[in-house]
Amino acid sequence: MSYRISVANIERCIGCYSCMFACSRLRFGVVSMAKSAIQVKSAGGIERGFVVVVCRACVDPPCAKGCPTGALTPRPGGGVTLDESKCIGCKSCREACIVGAVVWDEESNLPIVCRYCGFCTKFCPHNVIVFEPIGRELVV
Amino acid sequence: MTDPSLYNVLYIDLTEGRYEVQERKDLFEKYLGGTGVAIKLLEEECPKGVDPLSPENPIIFAVGPLTGLYPLASKTVAMFKSPLTGNLGESHAGGRSAAAIRFAGYGAIVIKGASKTPVYISIYNDQVRIKDATALWGMRSSYAVGRVLREVEPGAGKRTIMRIGIAGENLVRYANVIVESYRHFGRLGLGAVFGSKRLKAVVVAGTRSVKVDDAKAYAKVYEEIYKEVVGTEVMSKYHVLGTAENVLPLNAIGALPTRNLMQTRFELAESISGELLAEKYLVRKIACTHCPIGCIHLASLRIAFAPGHEYETLIVPYDYEPIYALGSMLGIGSADGLLRLIEKVDGLGLDAISTGVAMAWATEAYQRGLITDKETMGLRPNWGEDVDVYIKMAERIARRANEFYSALADGVEVAASKYGGLDFALACGGNEVPGYHTGPAALVGFLTGMRHSHLDSAGYSIDQRALRALMTDEEMVRQLVEEERFRNVLTSLVVCLFARGIYKLERVAKALEPLGTKVSPEELLRLGAEIVRTKAAFKAREGYDPYRLRIAKRFLETPTPLGRLTEERIRNMIKMYVEKAGLSDVYAPSSRG
Repeated sequence: MSYRISVANIERCIGCYSCMFACSRLRFGVVSMAKSAIQVKSAGGIERGFVVVVCRACVDPPCAKGCPTGALTPRPGGGVTLDESKCIGCKSCREACIVGAVVWDEESNLPIVCRYCGFCTKFCPHNVIVFEPIGRELVV
Repeated sequence: MTDPSLYNVLYIDLTEGRYEVQERKDLFEKYLGGTGVAIKLLEEECPKGVDPLSPENPIIFAVGPLTGLYPLASKTVAMFKSPLTGNLGESHAGGRSAAAIRFAGYGAIVIKGASKTPVYISIYNDQVRIKDATALWGMRSSYAVGRVLREVEPGAGKRTIMRIGIAGENLVRYANVIVESYRHFGRLGLGAVFGSKRLKAVVVAGTRSVKVDDAKAYAKVYEEIYKEVVGTEVMSKYHVLGTAENVLPLNAIGALPTRNLMQTRFELAESISGELLAEKYLVRKIACTHCPIGCIHLASLRIAFAPGHEYETLIVPYDYEPIYALGSMLGIGSADGLLRLIEKVDGLGLDAISTGVAMAWATEAYQRGLITDKETMGLRPNWGEDVDVYIKMAERIARRANEFYSALADGVEVAASKYGGLDFALACGGNEVPGYHTGPAALVGFLTGMRHSHLDSAGYSIDQRALRALMTDEEMVRQLVEEERFRNVLTSLVVCLFARGIYKLERVAKALEPLGTKVSPEELLRLGAEIVRTKAAFKAREGYDPYRLRIAKRFLETPTPLGRLTEERIRNMIKMYVEKAGLSDVYAPSSRG
């Protein structure tokens, strides 16, 4: 069973960014608003609330299809896996993802894609994001 | 060691159109950051006796070692010489400001000089640009300014947009700076200092990472704090009703200043209470960056503007202080009216507290015949009777529409000195008072606090403890001094003061350790005392004298829950404060001329 992070209750988001800091802390051991596979921003003015962008774990992922070197490959069940050694930094994957879930790390010149660990969801105070099995959406 | 990006101080000179970055490890190592570093920078950059609205007055923004790294370390400290009080100007705001400054790679920003034409500053990591803001100058609402800059500046989701309204442009001495639409560097006139530099806005965004010394230990302390913030009751009141929760309890004990403090209970308090606003108007709660609490309460107000179901909808932030200043102080008991007035005052870029207190004085002065229709330009303020009168009055203050409104724009004390009515002009140390007529500790705190704010030493909370168990004046003053020192530690880190229950000094020491700073709780408290002392020295240098403070009669005439106060008692407590705070030499009689 493969899991993914799903944005279940976007209207409950308060914009605290705790999920982003959780991702940067766990994966990179740093504190950052840029080095995070999950991204929060206002929906065009804070009065309209927030947008949370995270990998949807597509079963037939366009980002992997767009990758010319096979650095990104489909993960069984949905989503992708990154082999950093094969990445040439062409950013095709970022272009291919219309959701905007491929974050670019300017320091390493590599894409940051979700690893589907669910750590970020532990730091959401309002269950905006949930960790769920792909294909079986949780009722929250 | 601490991530060295914190030591970077960005100096911007608007006269020369230049900037440079200096490493100021010396300051951050000794004073942590925030208020501690800002007061040292102010000492360095602000010449003695300078006109607060001249190019020589610097604007300083500072964040600290915990900024961005821990939950609720979400505030930026601004420091400047106040155009309202003529001495220390210090104001704090959240939004995204603190995280944006830190992740752009700075611990502090110093803005000096003045531009000849309207400009805004755009900071994106190490790119610093001074850009033309002609088209933004004179824009009707501060909200609109944000909308424009959102479109043209980079860093969506990570940036802060600080801007002034027309009040700041017109140098209203209590004009504020609005951050992310709903947070404010509210008090003491930072907006006027922006205006005097023709600085319309500052946009900051950053994509840098901050490294910690011990990532494992950091994650552990982080989770401990996060769990306490989210999983316990320590902070829940700030999320549930927010600060508006205070309206009814303060009203119940007779401490809610009403109609310019002629009364302390408002018969319509229920209808502007946190409970009512939450039930009927609240539509969203939002947070400052890295705060999982989310105390910012947004109300939605639907207004019919023409027949035929024509509606406009306003989204209005509310908190206790604007409810007091623009509600009970003006006798406004309709939530619709109150929200419309808050929205107007925010849009103009006026500080809500000062504006409310000034308009409350104007109402009483008008009723007593000290001012007439000539001064008010035909407005007839009569407490809550007509909210539109106050909406127009706020607009006229922001535009300095005539000599009278221009005096009001200089502060309630200036207006009352000119037109009479000082006895009921409710300012302490030149700053219009916050909404707590709780007793002697609050009043002494307003008079002696470094910012003349309820947030300096929280006297209102000491008074409320004294209501439950008898307390001597000496004990009250002791608590004021201790609280002020503690808070100066928190605001150096910089932690939101609402999280003071989470960030006890032992916890602060523990949070600093994985970042590479070893310090004991005792050392922290000593540092707090030293920072207070440095601020007091700046205040004394610029003419503040605790022995010669004006105490408006109204504070003494209107009983508090702890009884009627006497001038002798308050002056005696001020003396005690100076001694207990160890400021006798700073506020020495010889400095009184």
